[in-house]
Amino acid sequence: MREIHVSTISDAVKKLCVEANYDLEPDMLRAFDKALKTERSPAGKQVLEMLKENAQLARTQKIPYCQDTGFVVCFVELGQDVHIAGGLLTDAINTGVSQGYTEGYLRASIVKSPFDRKNTGDNTPAVIHVDVVPGADLKLMVMAKGGGCENRSKYKMLTPAAGLERVKDWILECIKTAGPDACPPLIAGVGVGGTFEKAAILSKKALFRGIGSPNPDPQVDAIEKEVLDKANRLGIGPQGYGGDTTAFAIHILTYPCHITSLPVAVTIECHAHRHKEVTL
Amino acid sequence: MIKLAADGIKDIRTPLSDADVESLKSGDRVRITGVLYTARDAAHGRLIALLDEGKPLPIDVKGQIIYYTGPSPARPGMVIGSVGPTTGGRMDTYTPKLLALGLKGMIGKGARSEPVREAMKRHKAIYFGAVGGAGAFLSRYVKKVEIVAYEDLGTEAIRRLEVEGFPVIVVNDAHGNDLYEEGMKQYAR
Repeated sequence: MREIHVSTISDAVKKLCVEANYDLEPDMLRAFDKALKTERSPAGKQVLEMLKENAQLARTQKIPYCQDTGFVVCFVELGQDVHIAGGLLTDAINTGVSQGYTEGYLRASIVKSPFDRKNTGDNTPAVIHVDVVPGADLKLMVMAKGGGCENRSKYKMLTPAAGLERVKDWILECIKTAGPDACPPLIAGVGVGGTFEKAAILSKKALFRGIGSPNPDPQVDAIEKEVLDKANRLGIGPQGYGGDTTAFAIHILTYPCHITSLPVAVTIECHAHRHKEVTL
Repeated sequence: MIKLAADGIKDIRTPLSDADVESLKSGDRVRITGVLYTARDAAHGRLIALLDEGKPLPIDVKGQIIYYTGPSPARPGMVIGSVGPTTGGRMDTYTPKLLALGLKGMIGKGARSEPVREAMKRHKAIYFGAVGGAGAFLSRYVKKVEIVAYEDLGTEAIRRLEVEGFPVIVVNDAHGNDLYEEGMKQYAR
């Protein structure tokens, strides 16, 4: 049994929250450059150039890439041979979020109750998903999830008869209805299969894969590429000003499902795709 | 006041007149100098509640521009933190009442409802788009910040920003045009 102290977890989460908001991952920067080579719209090109400069300013001047510094979604892969010492895992993560957002000059965007809407002041709590896995490692995957694009995420219970074609149409429809509101170019995280909640959680986890990396399943990879091509023919373009770059990627995760069901969840993510991970 | 610069971008200075508004067309690139008032969901809720009770507003919106944003905290020595636009559509239910009071401009991102677009035509107003997610970039154009109402709302307080050359694009003009619809039509294939 390996022991990991809660303070180690808090320190790691704090660092991930701050870095995610200031340093966009290199795969996103490559996606901007790649899009600039194919984008026909002058307004679209100006947006992409501005986003590149924005990323550079965020990193060098320590100004958050986006003022919506997100809802912290934390996926934890907890090795079953790990013992967490000194407190609770959930508290450790939230302490890290609180310290990261307070000390890192990040915006507090979370209200305690959806009804009375009083800000918690330190961006806690995080949304935490824990998977127990073999081994003695603890992997923390943190995403600072923007609210504007999250509001455009959607869910559909399709019938088995609807099949793959309807799944593809539904993903495309989600991108189309997200439109300019969700800050395109977008990334669509898609969960297909499982139960109601499983598909939704998969749609979030799917966003952690590197932009431009192939899906390990060749059949699913082909679906992703087909939908991405169609998405980029919609004409929405960067910020919705018209253009060829509406989405950077479609990432799909699947799970076995019931003989009656074909659940499809689509998490819409904006170009401010801020995520970091670490293995302790 | 509006001046077309040599680079094809229109320089405008607040407050805006009806003539200023009418000369702007969807797709125009614009640099704003002057004052912007920030307000988003919670502040709009309070403003409209005051109007419904027949009470005066803490700011005079006549001729002014409201920027839909909730900035991140400023680091010591900096004027403001990250300050990009939030989704304008969430303010749709509140907007027509402010336009009726003479509000001339709004800055946000994302589409507006038909009633808002109608009210913009009727009262002569512009909806500008700022690039969503470019909050670090946009912060450089903000020269001064002052909280003028609802400090208890934190990031959602109403702030008076003094800006120089703040870059936006006209999404909805006062003639009923919509950049999102036109852009999509032009590039769909």
